[in-house]
Amino acid sequence: MKLKLKTSIATSENGFIFNPATGDSFVANPLAAEILLLLKENQASADIKTTILARYDVSAARLEADWDDLVAQLREFNLLDYSPELKPEPPLAP
Amino acid sequence: MLQNPSELSTEEEARPPRPARVPLTVAVTGLNAGDSPGPGVAVIRALLESPDYAVRVVGLCYEALEPGAYIPGLIGEVYQLPYPTAGTAPLLERLRYIHEREGLHVIIPNFDAELHNFIRLAPELRALGIHTFLPTEAQLHERDKPNLGLFGSIHGFRIPPTRPVYHAHELPAIGAELGWPLVVKGKFYEATIAHSPAQAEQAFHQLQARWGLPVLAQQFVTGQEINLAGLADGHGRAVSLVPMRKLSITDKGKAWAGITLEDDSLLDLGRRFAASTGWRGGFELEVIRTPADELLILEINPRFPAWIYLTAAAGQNQPAALLRLALGLPVEPQTGYAVGKMFVRYAWDAITDYTAFQQLAAFGEAAGAPPAHLPSNRAV
Repeated sequence: MKLKLKTSIATSENGFIFNPATGDSFVANPLAAEILLLLKENQASADIKTTILARYDVSAARLEADWDDLVAQLREFNLLDYSPELKPEPPLAP
Repeated sequence: MLQNPSELSTEEEARPPRPARVPLTVAVTGLNAGDSPGPGVAVIRALLESPDYAVRVVGLCYEALEPGAYIPGLIGEVYQLPYPTAGTAPLLERLRYIHEREGLHVIIPNFDAELHNFIRLAPELRALGIHTFLPTEAQLHERDKPNLGLFGSIHGFRIPPTRPVYHAHELPAIGAELGWPLVVKGKFYEATIAHSPAQAEQAFHQLQARWGLPVLAQQFVTGQEINLAGLADGHGRAVSLVPMRKLSITDKGKAWAGITLEDDSLLDLGRRFAASTGWRGGFELEVIRTPADELLILEINPRFPAWIYLTAAAGQNQPAALLRLALGLPVEPQTGYAVGKMFVRYAWDAITDYTAFQQLAAFGEAAGAPPAHLPSNRAV
């Protein structure tokens, strides 16, 4: 699944995130900041996870749980660009 | 980072000479700069950065303690005006007097309550050689708070349902119709969010006493508040548009910090406003974006907002462009501005001597404070 930040979102190495469409700003922790920079480079989620698993002492299960939390927050803060495969499923017809 | 002085001088020498700016005398109102500031000080600050004109500012105030009259380096002279309720004749007489002494080229009024008088006097002022660039009386009336609902219907803008209120006892029924909380607004300025009929009635009495009738009751809409500063040429074209989100507000809801946004839908809203109304002059749209991504117009201010200097800082100097429009010069629509440009307002004690205050209070005119030499905290 292709996870993509909105192209207008500004990120910095120190974890500051700015959404120029809303004026909202956020501060990410160092690991989230690293992930966001990789997302900005258009890296696929699977590749980023592989990088994180190689770089840090973390289990795959823990990474998956934390990853889901991060994605949920990015979605809540309206920072994601929904590529077709990420669009919410249409409701089932009655 | 401090630069080497020799590098600085080299850069100065390498820079092409700036064309001489034409001297221009501009009178500006709205010098109150307290916790509910008028736009005058910000307008002046932008005018002083005009690329075309070396502006000498004449301040126009209503009260002797309007802070803009005492800020160092801001204005050349300051004159008191008769209050707007005195009507056009005393205002014209006073402006004639000021013009004889100062040789005004342009006047930029910045208060809603004074605009009627200045619009009516525009032909007489023009005959004196003084230029203005103001909306028409019809435009001013059309976007008046009590008429805003009709304005939305005519021009195709979404406006939260709003009711004029002439008696406090009408409020419970209006609250029942529009729902609680209710936004209770003054005719010209100020608004209170009332969560009950008792709070609404208290706000009604305060706003009636301050701004007169009608008081307005508007449906409360949740969402993100955004402001759009604009300048339109009177022929349906928006010359400049800069959206801003308030990051910090005072207890009166005034922006104390804000940031420019990138949002094509807001720019489109501003263009539609200019095209549909044929607006002439500066304006501010107070907009709310609902969670469903709809844009509703809460208010239309018929002049520049108090945060207008941010437009100049972001690359679109709207007051400077208004000068050109007032003088009948062409102005191309400005595109592009710095997104994420912020302002953070602050309170600063301007120090003056009692004689300056006495001069303005007793005689209605005084010299502006000369530029101050502020101590620097830099070592070099």
